[in-house]
Amino acid sequence: MRYSGWQVLAQGITGNRGWRPAWRDPAPKGAYDIVIIGGGGHGLATAHYLAKRHGLTNVAVLEKGYLGGGNVGRNTTIVRANYGLPGNSEFYSHSLKLWEGLEQDLNYNVMHSQRGVINLFHSDGQRDAAARRGNMMIAQGDDAILLDRDGCREILPYLDYDQTRFPIYGGLYHPRGGTARHDAVAWGFARAADRRGVDLIQNCEVTGIDIENGRVTGVQTTRGSIRAKKVGIVVAGRSSQVAAMAGMRLPIESHILQAFVTEGLKPVIDHVVTYGMGHFYISQSDKGGLVFGGDLDFYASYAARGNLPMAEHVVEAAMTLMPVIGQARMLRSWGGIMDMSPDGSPIIDRTHVEGLYLNCGWCYGGFKAVPGSGDCFAHLIATDQPHPAAARYRLDRFATGHGLMDEEGTGSQHNLH
Amino acid sequence: MLIPCPQCGPRDIREFTCKGHETHMKRPAPDAPPTAWDDHLHNRDNPAGPTRELWYHGAGCGAWLVVSRNTVTHAIAGATLAREGAR
Repeated sequence: MRYSGWQVLAQGITGNRGWRPAWRDPAPKGAYDIVIIGGGGHGLATAHYLAKRHGLTNVAVLEKGYLGGGNVGRNTTIVRANYGLPGNSEFYSHSLKLWEGLEQDLNYNVMHSQRGVINLFHSDGQRDAAARRGNMMIAQGDDAILLDRDGCREILPYLDYDQTRFPIYGGLYHPRGGTARHDAVAWGFARAADRRGVDLIQNCEVTGIDIENGRVTGVQTTRGSIRAKKVGIVVAGRSSQVAAMAGMRLPIESHILQAFVTEGLKPVIDHVVTYGMGHFYISQSDKGGLVFGGDLDFYASYAARGNLPMAEHVVEAAMTLMPVIGQARMLRSWGGIMDMSPDGSPIIDRTHVEGLYLNCGWCYGGFKAVPGSGDCFAHLIATDQPHPAAARYRLDRFATGHGLMDEEGTGSQHNLH
Repeated sequence: MLIPCPQCGPRDIREFTCKGHETHMKRPAPDAPPTAWDDHLHNRDNPAGPTRELWYHGAGCGAWLVVSRNTVTHAIAGATLAREGAR
């Protein structure tokens, strides 16, 4: 069924009895051309673009739990393209362009809202850095506006501009940035891939990767063995474990990143706002909750929940930036399992096994990357050539030292990002 | 999380900084091939379950500890002084 306003009307006046499940629930076949391990945002997007751009529909997505149950359902839903280094710059720019046509492409409302992202700065040095970053964004073909203090005050009147410690000097405004409804992104890609014939197989955990003479031949799963000519691993949060099945040891440490939401409130925050002097970023969901997050807890974790010190830091930062938030009550918090790479940038590449491809290392930037990552990973799997927008996301850059993308300039080493 | 520092007793996680897996203590020889250094610096087992990590007790006694911790449950099984572990 094609979704449209007309359908909503027609179903509404006939008692909403005509809606059907958005995707099938097929049993796994014995063999596929391509198996994608991981039914999260990136895996589902990969399946969609394999089918749409490359006509490859004899494809299965294997998910050990339920579709979209990992990080795509556990983030702060921010979409932006404000990276500066070659590699990241063209990739996130490409991804943002895909976001802009995504709802029409998928025939699904992912509630993509280009409400603008404002990165605040609080010193002359930060202003210079923001101006430089804005110029980089404009040079890559995206948009950026340097706001002064009054410009910020006009659109963000609720911030504490005169705090003595970190007064707000201005902000870098990225109007095409914004948010999207995270679950809907997974569901939209799932439905679109399913409609083109991709099998989405849930409750199917991969327990082994079959390799013969250096070439992948299939996977072992809890629902039987499945033969495949090509296999893509895209399992952020479990990358090291799945890659180990193919004898690989990845440059990845899994860390915990917490996020928080308040009770639903009337509209108060119209944009995405990031604090320059504490790790804090915030937006308001369409349901009304203030959604915000901070930095990693900075120790390895698969617990999908964090500890109190970082929660306190985030709330302290929130209170210094916008004291008004003290009136809101916190509803809940959660944690995502982040694939942290040494330089803080992702990996989309072939592996030492022929026909086995790897997509991992999204650190805390995976949500905005979903369409771009799916498109580039599908291109790599289908053609065996890297997509131009992701050609620098090489697995061997740590071994060679060439092409490291250390966006924050903190060093290409674990535990620094 | 409370980390049982062998010198100070159980202390709040706020007093500590995590360096990462204890592999940091196992440096290759200076003349080891580049692949060994790449492996040491970048690649990790990254276990989901029991692990052993280096933690620095910066707001306490200043010792480096090897902490046995479970990455899935956050349970801490124990801690020893890193200099003893390296012996």
